[in-house]
Amino acid sequence: MPIQPLIDAATAALNMAEPKPPFSPQEARIEANRCLFCFDAPCIMACPTGIDIPTFIRKITTDNLTGAARTILEANVLGASCARVCPTQMLCEGACVMLDLEKDPIQIGRLQRHATDHVAAVGIDVLHGAAHTNGRKVAILGAGPAGLGCAAELARLGYEATVYDKKPAGGGLNTYGIAYYKMRPQVSLDEVRMIERLGVAFRYGVEIGRDVQPADLLRDHDAVFIGIGLGGANRLGIPGEDLPEVVDALAFIEWIHTRPLAEVPVGRRVAVLGCGNTAIDAVTQAKRLGADEATIIYRRGADDMSAYPFEYDLAKTDGATFLFDTVPVEVVAQDGHVVGLKLAKTTACDVRAAVVPGTEWIQPFDLVLKAVGQEKQAGLLGRLFPGLKVDAKGRVEYDPATMQTSLPTVFVGGDAASGGREVVNAVAEGKKAARGIHALLAGAAESGPIQPSRLGMPDGAVGSGFDAPVRVHELEAALKRG
Amino acid sequence: MADLSIDFAGIKSPNPFWVASGPPSNTAHQAHRAFEAGWGGVVWKTIGEPIVNVSSRYSALTLGGMKMAGFNNIELISDRSPETNFDEIAEVKKRWPKHTVIASLMVDTRERWHEFVRRSADCGADGIELNFGCPHGMCERGMGSAVGQNPEVAETIVGWVMEAATIPVIVKLTPNITNVVYAARAAKRAGADAISLINTINSITNVNLDTLVPEPFVAGRSSHGGYCGPAVKPIALNMVHACAADPQVGLPISGIGGIGTWRDAAEFVALGSTSLQVCTAIMHYGFRIVEDMKDGLSAYLDSKGMRSLADLRGRAVPQVGDWQQLDLHYKRVARIDYEKCIGCNLCHIACEDGAHQCIDLVDSAPYGLGPGRVPGKPVPKVREDDCVGCNLCSIVCPVDDCITMTPVDTGRPAMSWHDYQSRLAAGTMQPLPPHP
Repeated sequence: MPIQPLIDAATAALNMAEPKPPFSPQEARIEANRCLFCFDAPCIMACPTGIDIPTFIRKITTDNLTGAARTILEANVLGASCARVCPTQMLCEGACVMLDLEKDPIQIGRLQRHATDHVAAVGIDVLHGAAHTNGRKVAILGAGPAGLGCAAELARLGYEATVYDKKPAGGGLNTYGIAYYKMRPQVSLDEVRMIERLGVAFRYGVEIGRDVQPADLLRDHDAVFIGIGLGGANRLGIPGEDLPEVVDALAFIEWIHTRPLAEVPVGRRVAVLGCGNTAIDAVTQAKRLGADEATIIYRRGADDMSAYPFEYDLAKTDGATFLFDTVPVEVVAQDGHVVGLKLAKTTACDVRAAVVPGTEWIQPFDLVLKAVGQEKQAGLLGRLFPGLKVDAKGRVEYDPATMQTSLPTVFVGGDAASGGREVVNAVAEGKKAARGIHALLAGAAESGPIQPSRLGMPDGAVGSGFDAPVRVHELEAALKRG
Repeated sequence: MADLSIDFAGIKSPNPFWVASGPPSNTAHQAHRAFEAGWGGVVWKTIGEPIVNVSSRYSALTLGGMKMAGFNNIELISDRSPETNFDEIAEVKKRWPKHTVIASLMVDTRERWHEFVRRSADCGADGIELNFGCPHGMCERGMGSAVGQNPEVAETIVGWVMEAATIPVIVKLTPNITNVVYAARAAKRAGADAISLINTINSITNVNLDTLVPEPFVAGRSSHGGYCGPAVKPIALNMVHACAADPQVGLPISGIGGIGTWRDAAEFVALGSTSLQVCTAIMHYGFRIVEDMKDGLSAYLDSKGMRSLADLRGRAVPQVGDWQQLDLHYKRVARIDYEKCIGCNLCHIACEDGAHQCIDLVDSAPYGLGPGRVPGKPVPKVREDDCVGCNLCSIVCPVDDCITMTPVDTGRPAMSWHDYQSRLAAGTMQPLPPHP
């Protein structure tokens, strides 16, 4: 049977409500007052965009919300969406010194949302484009977080930035691919509008190589930034993969963002293949849209998953079930529709999990969501930009200080460079590329954001997570390993 | 259990905790509630010719989310008739004969003082407190702090009171004066039995930045009020000490000013107070706070082997004196416990920008792993040779016992400024070199 929407609008709205509502002004003040206002604070070091977090929090304590938003947005133009989607436990909040006092860390994400919501609500633009353009043009491929980060910074530096995207609207994954209960697409669309007001031009529905040729872009612009992210879901390579109810998890999430919630079709028994953070987003939203059962199927064990622990906990709270050490070997169909998966157990093994012969069984499912990683764009980029160097993992090679690729006027950032990281990493890389472009075209020395708390320090006022983000949990894990 | 009872200038009270004259001591209803909660005494809201109050009356200083860190009022003395007040005191004394009720008075002429003093004794009050302190409203009519700020006037009026007094008389002093000791000596000269201090401090707590009228807002205007609450405790402690240490005063002291806990109370007693008066903390939390105040003070005395408050009273007074008596050769330095340090670096920036530039941020590698230390993140390190022992870092540090001010032996014998000047004059030593 083809899948159908399962719940009414009221139930969908309830199920998709934000788990953490916005702070009231008093809640924000109380939380902000907990901040110790550390000097050279570890949270700044842990933020890939290097937001001066103690400064914006102090501004909240004095009701200077516009100033707080300015501090945030000057460092991270997508501060409103990052406030909602950042895995703060792994970043700023994971570095908070309060944890060493055995106290809850400052809720930096929610405070950031409080400040950025304020300027959005009252309609204040705290960022401004350059008063005069310098006449130089930059083409930006992809209107996702990396492209937006690059475009906004270029506009502020006086460049004419034009962003190309094949979708009908900007924002990339922020608009189409975030779990709906974490962030509404409107937040992302508002950010795109804000960047438009900085003077950035957007061309939607444009596919590079089809509608616009890279050679023309290179000819007509002084530099090009590649922020095209990743491609569609990786192929499973099993029979039945092309049946209509085998869907890319990101495509499923895009349905949620482009249709009324009560019109999003979902299976009664949903299988989600893979166990990264996208898999969690898929399984939780399938449950919230009315699936009776939603099961994560992962070829390895619970300790191996790439999903964050708090995402795993959320999925369990939502009633998702987990089949570990299990792999699909065939999609089972009846009358051209998915009715189940043939599954098999796997053995743990260093590189690839191997199927244990004789363990196969068939389990009924009517929707299969693929969250087994996205395709790298190496092939496409190689065709579009002959000579562009790509590493063995399909990521564009770049100079980490400037994000410059092997082609001197071509820069890169976001998932196309990293192979897949957080939104905040993409914004930071886009911004870093903008400074790299500025260094190339205007000879301006690129440098990280100034940290007022470091003014007068022997090493100067530069230095924050923008230069080298500290990921506390990774450091701690590395230290534990010795 | 240590004995908390007191004898204050002949007034016996089951414990030293008295409700100070103010809004919490306005009625018999409140006095009954206070005694039921465990207070030892009530100083009645000041009785005088009935006044007319305004609306609104109070404002406060909120600090970092802490409500009522400081508190301000423009309420005047009792707005009830003297008859009602004296009748209610009689009623309260009848029900609580072993508890203390003090009549606070404020009138103008000699005759009125005589009358009110007699009526206080007649209604059964255990003592009288003369309100020479209110810094708002009444002072404009020649009463309150207008009296307390002029020792000669105060002495005259105390004299009038003593002519009629048959019960102990306490003079309540205003802090809105250059040196409170002169007012205390005036009270002593005029024959007062005790002093109480401090009354409230003149204040404007804040300005409303929308209306540009401070609170308390009264029909588009405001007025300076009387400041009290936790923020004034240090001022009160200093004035209590000054009176306790002055050989010419020599009167029992009722300590007032920011007392909200047993710890505050113990500090006031150690600096010479016998009874303790509380108002703002009651206005914040109600009479119930006295339970911990009694319990905690008693437990503290037990823990120190003290059997009564008399064993603690004044014990900190001798250790406080003039700056010129302090040892110029004593040195303490800040020491950081790296097992406790969370890496907030507030000590560094406080020292660097706000004090004496002797805490560096250094590579954490030699300090091993611990709270707040991840590779690449610097740790604060004190240059002990340069540390002047100012205490600032240990004050800003958010972690208990992380920065300890540790005495170090300078190898030099004690020498006060007074000694130093004497030796210079005698030519037995050279001037100390100035700090580089």
